[in-house]
Amino acid sequence: MDVLKTLEGLWQDSGFGNFFAEGGWKYIVMILVACVLLYLGIKKKFEPLLLVGIAFGCLLANLPGAGLYHPELWDEFLREGGEFYHSYGHILTHGGLLDILYIGVKSGVYPCLIFIGVGAMTDFGPLIANPKTFFLGAAAQFGVFFAFFGAILLGFTGNQAAAIGIIGGADGPTAILTSTLLAPELLGAIAIAAYSYMALIPMIQPPIMKLLTTEKERSVKMEQLREVSKTEKIVFPIVVAAFVILLLPSTAPLIGSLMFGNLLKETGVTERLSDTAQNALMNIVTLFLGISVGATTVASRFLNPQTLYIILLGLIAFCFSTVGGLLIGKLMYKLSGGKINPLIGSAGVSAVPMAARVSQMVGQKANPSNFLLMHAMGPNVAGVIGSAIAAGFLIKVFG
Amino acid sequence: MFTTLASQVSGKPLPLGEAVATALMGYGVVFLGILLLVCVVVIVSKIMAAGKRKAAEPTTPAPDRDAPLQKLISTAPKAPGSAGELKLYDTDPKTAAMLMAIVADKMGKPINELRFKSIREVK
Repeated sequence: MDVLKTLEGLWQDSGFGNFFAEGGWKYIVMILVACVLLYLGIKKKFEPLLLVGIAFGCLLANLPGAGLYHPELWDEFLREGGEFYHSYGHILTHGGLLDILYIGVKSGVYPCLIFIGVGAMTDFGPLIANPKTFFLGAAAQFGVFFAFFGAILLGFTGNQAAAIGIIGGADGPTAILTSTLLAPELLGAIAIAAYSYMALIPMIQPPIMKLLTTEKERSVKMEQLREVSKTEKIVFPIVVAAFVILLLPSTAPLIGSLMFGNLLKETGVTERLSDTAQNALMNIVTLFLGISVGATTVASRFLNPQTLYIILLGLIAFCFSTVGGLLIGKLMYKLSGGKINPLIGSAGVSAVPMAARVSQMVGQKANPSNFLLMHAMGPNVAGVIGSAIAAGFLIKVFG
Repeated sequence: MFTTLASQVSGKPLPLGEAVATALMGYGVVFLGILLLVCVVVIVSKIMAAGKRKAAEPTTPAPDRDAPLQKLISTAPKAPGSAGELKLYDTDPKTAAMLMAIVADKMGKPINELRFKSIREVK
C-alpha cells in the first residue's frame, strides 16, 4: 500500500481539499456569508426564525463534499424534454437531505402552509371596520412594479424581474412561491433579500415617512374603529377567498391558504386546529423552509453580479412600496379633511405586524397621545392580500 | 443578459415598452381587485348591519306581569360611579380591574370619572 498516495487521495476527497481546488475559494466566501447571516439572525435578531435556518442551510450546502443539496439534479428536473423533467422520483432517489426537504418549496407547499399559519394569526377586524384602508395595501404594491421595471432595465428576463419585484410586497412566503414558480435559480438571493429587508423595516421606513409627511399630518389622531361582529369576521375570509380566487385564479394557493387559516381562527369551533396552524405547523414548516431555501445559495450559483443587483433592487422595491402607501395615505388625508393619518399608508407593505408598529412609533413621536397601531393594522393586512394579488398577476403573465 | 448557463435562466428578455405596459397593467389590476373587494366587503357589512337592526327591532310585546317591577328597576337611580355595563372579552374581572386602575393612574384621573365600555385581549 502506498501510504502517500492513500493520504493524498484522502486529502483530495475531503472537503478541505476541495477548498484548494479550482473555484474552491467560492465555498469559503459562501461560508463567510453564512456566518454573517447567522450573526444577523442571532445577534441582531433579524427575522431570526427564518434567517437562522436560511443561514445554516447556506452553510451546509457550501461545505464541499457534504452532498446535502445537488443543484444539478434540479437543473435536470427543470430541463424540458429531458429524461428527468419534473421527476420527483429522481430527486428522491439521488438527492441529499436538503434536496428532499426542498421538494416542499419546489411544489409550493411550504409557503402555502405558512400562509395558513399567518391567516390563523391575523385579525382582519381593523380592515373590516375601515375598508378604505384596503387602498393603502394596494398602493404599497408600487415598489413591486417599480422594481420589476428596474430589473428589466438591468437585463433580467421577464420571469426573473417579476420574481425580484415581488420582494417589494414584503411578504416572505409570497416572494418564495413566486420565485420558485418563475425564477427558481434566484430563489436563495430573493429569499435572503426579502427577509433581511423585512427585518430592516424600522430603519428603512422612518426616514421616508418623515420626508414625505409634515409634522401636522403625522400628528393626526384617528377616530376609534367600530366594533366588528363575530359573524362579519367569519364571513370575511369566505367572501374574500371566493371573490379574489374567482377574479384571479392564480392567487388561489396563497389567498385560499390565508383565508382558510383565518377562518379556523374566527369560527370559534376549531380552536385546536387554529392553535396548531399558529404554532406547531408554522414552526415545523418554518424550520424546513428556512434550511431548504438556504441550501439554494450554492457558491457556484450565488456568487455573481445578479445577486448584488437583486439585493439593490430589493431595497428599491421596499422604498418605493413605502412611498406608494404614503402618497395614497396623503391623498386620503386630504380627501377626508385631515381625519386620516397618512403614516398608516406605509404599513401597506405587509410585513405584519412590523410595518404597523413603525407607523405607531413614528406617529407617537409626532404626537405622544397618538395610537395608530390598530388603524395601521388595516392597511398592513390589506398589504398581504394586495401582494398576493400582485403575485397572482405576475404568475399569470409569466408563469 | 448575465453570463449564466442557459438552463439556469428562466424566461425570455422583455422589451422595455412591454415591461412598462406590464407594470402599469399589474398595478392597475391590484387596484381594480382591491376596489372590487372593498365593494364586496362594504355590501356584506351593510347587509349584516341591516339584518342586525331588523333582529333588534322590538316585536309586539306580550303582556308582562313583571312589567311594574321592571319599570321600577329601570327608573331606580344607579349606584355612584356606575356609568354603564362593562363588557369583558377573554379577560377575567381581576385583570380588568388591574387594567382600569393602570389606565386611571396613567391618565391621572380618578377611576370613577372614567367610563370603560369593554376590555378585550388583543391576540
